[in-house]
Amino acid sequence: MATKHARVAARFMISPAVLLLLGWMIVPLSMTLYFSFLRYNLLMPGMEEFTGLTNYRFFLTDPAFFAALTNTILLVGGVLLVTVVGGILLALLLDQPFFGQGIVRILVIAPFFVMPTVSALVWKNMFMNPVNGLFAHAAKALGLQPFDFLSAAPLTSIIGIVSWQWLPFATLILLTALQSLDQEQLEAAEMDGAPWIKRFWFIMLPHLARAITVVILIQTIFLLSVFAEILVTTNGGPGTASTNLTYLIYMQSLLQFDVGGGSAGGVVAIILANIVAIFLMRMIGKNLDA
Amino acid sequence: MGRITLDKVRKTFGDVEVIPPLDLTIEDGEFVVFVGPSGCGKSTLLRLIAGLEDVTSGQIRIDRQDATDLPPAKRGLAMVFQSYALYPHMSVRKNIAFPMKMAGLPQDEQDRRIEAAAKALNLTDYLDRKPGQLSGGQRQRVAIGRAIVREPAAFLFDEPLSNLDAALRVGMRLEISELHKRLATTMIYVTHDQVEAMTMADKIVVLRAGHIEQVGSPLELYNRPRNVFVAGFIGSPKMNLISGAEAEKHGAVTIGIRPEHLGISTESGLWKGVIGVSEHLGSDTFFHVTVEGLGEPLTVRASGEVSLKYGDIVWLTPNEVNLHRFNAEGLRIA
Repeated sequence: MATKHARVAARFMISPAVLLLLGWMIVPLSMTLYFSFLRYNLLMPGMEEFTGLTNYRFFLTDPAFFAALTNTILLVGGVLLVTVVGGILLALLLDQPFFGQGIVRILVIAPFFVMPTVSALVWKNMFMNPVNGLFAHAAKALGLQPFDFLSAAPLTSIIGIVSWQWLPFATLILLTALQSLDQEQLEAAEMDGAPWIKRFWFIMLPHLARAITVVILIQTIFLLSVFAEILVTTNGGPGTASTNLTYLIYMQSLLQFDVGGGSAGGVVAIILANIVAIFLMRMIGKNLDA
Repeated sequence: MGRITLDKVRKTFGDVEVIPPLDLTIEDGEFVVFVGPSGCGKSTLLRLIAGLEDVTSGQIRIDRQDATDLPPAKRGLAMVFQSYALYPHMSVRKNIAFPMKMAGLPQDEQDRRIEAAAKALNLTDYLDRKPGQLSGGQRQRVAIGRAIVREPAAFLFDEPLSNLDAALRVGMRLEISELHKRLATTMIYVTHDQVEAMTMADKIVVLRAGHIEQVGSPLELYNRPRNVFVAGFIGSPKMNLISGAEAEKHGAVTIGIRPEHLGISTESGLWKGVIGVSEHLGSDTFFHVTVEGLGEPLTVRASGEVSLKYGDIVWLTPNEVNLHRFNAEGLRIA
C-alpha cells in the first residue's frame, strides 16, 4: 500500500465485501429495531400499530427477564470456568509424551465436531436420563438413588453439557500455546531452583495468559447465544430455572407469538452483549498488545 | 569452591552413544572451554554437568561430593543459555531476583545483590524494563546477572554469544573474561567458535563425537596439537595439512604448517605456486596459493600490505622448526 493510487484501488476492491457485510447486518438490525416499537402479534396479523416503548417496559419488568439474565451470566461464567481450568489441565496432560499421543489428541478434539443438538440429546437420553441413563445405572449399581439431573439441577446440567462441547476448543488453543513455550525457559527456571508447581505458576501460566484471553473472548461470544442445548433438554424449565436471554426471546416471539416483545428483547440482548464486548475488548486488547 | 570431576561419565540416547565413557577434572576457579564441531556432544556434556540430562553411567562430583543424582537446583551451578531464556513477562529486576526468590532469601539481601549485579553489568537503568525492550547484548547481561546473584559454585555457559553480532560478541567476550578474573569462580563455556576458545580459556577441551581429543592451555593446543583433528580445528585461518609425497620427505603421513610459518617470495623457494584469492585485513594479508602436487590451496600469511595479485607466481618455503608431523593414525610424531 505504498502509493496513493494503490490505496484507492485497494479500497475500491474491498468495497463490495464491506457493503455486503454492512447490508447483512443493517437490514435485520433495523427490522428488529422497527418491530420492537410495534404491537406485533402473529395471532392478530394486519393489526400492527406503533406503541412506543411499551414492548421494552413489558420485557424489562418481566420477572423472567432477571431470571434469564442471571442464568445467562451463570451459564457463560460456569462454562468459561470449567473449560479454562479443565483446558489447562488437559493441555498439560496432553503435552507429556505418551504412547498413542496422536490418537488421543484426535479423540480429545472430537466433541467439538458433534453438533450441539446431537450432543445435548445424547447427554439427555443416554447419560442423564433418570431411568435409562448411564449415570442412573451407575448410581443403581452402587445402591444409590438415581439423580434426575435435568429437573433437579437443570442449569448445572446444561453447563456440564456445554462445557463438554467447548472443552476441546480450549484444550486445543491452550495446548498449542503450551507447546510454543521455550523449553530453555523451563530449564532455566529448573536451574533457578523452582519446583514444578512454581514453574507452572511463574512461567507457564503467564505464558498462557494470551491464549486464555483468546479462549475467553471467543467462547463468550458463542456462549451468550446458547440455544439448541436448552431447547432439546429442558425447554428452559422447570419454570425459568434454565432459561437464558436467547431462549427467553425465542419464547416471547415464537411461543407467545409476540414479535414486538421478542424484538425488544433482542435489542436489549444486543446492548448487553455490546457492553460485555467493550469490557472484554479492553481487557484483551491490553493483553494482546503486551 | 567449584571443583568438578567427571568419572567415566557416559550418555546414550536410545541405542546411540553420544558420549562414550569420559574422564575430566575441572579445577576450582578455572575457565574451561568445551569446543568442537556441531554435534560433537559438547552441549550434552554441559547439560549432564548441569543436571538437565541424566547420566547413563559414571559419576559426577562437585567439590568431592557425588552429584550424579542431584536435581539441577541442588548442584549449586548457574547456567546461561544460548537463547538467554529470560522470563519475558517479568521485568529485568524480577528476572534477576527469580532464583533468590525461589531460594527464599530475605528481601533486603535480594535488593542488595540485584543492585550489585546491575552495577557490575551496567544494567541499573534497565531494571524496570521487560526483556523484550532490551537489545541482544543487554539481554545477555541480564542472563549473566541472573546467574551471578545465586553466587554459584560454577557458571555454565551454553554458546552464549552465538546470537550476537560480531562487534558485540567481541565486547561480551571481554566482559565475560573480566567477570571471571573478578569473581575467580569456575566457569565452563561451550562454543563451536575456536576464536572464543583461544581468547577466553585457561583450559580448552577439544571434543569430537563425544571423545576428548585433547585438553590443554590454548597455546599448548596451538603449538603442539596432539593429532590432525586438533591441528585442523584450532587456529584461524586453519593450518595447512599436506599428505602424500611431500609429507613422506619429512617422514610423516601428514604434515601441517600454519599460515604464518610459510615464507613467501617472488624469487626462490621450495614450492612454486600461483596466487588465487587474497584477503586483505590491513594488518595481515592472507593468500590462497595453489601449489602443483600439494592438493588443496595453501593459506599463507604475510604481514601488512603486500603487493601481489591474482595469478602471480610465488615460491613458498615452510619454516622447518614449526612443521607438525603426524603418523598414519593421525597422531603427532614427537
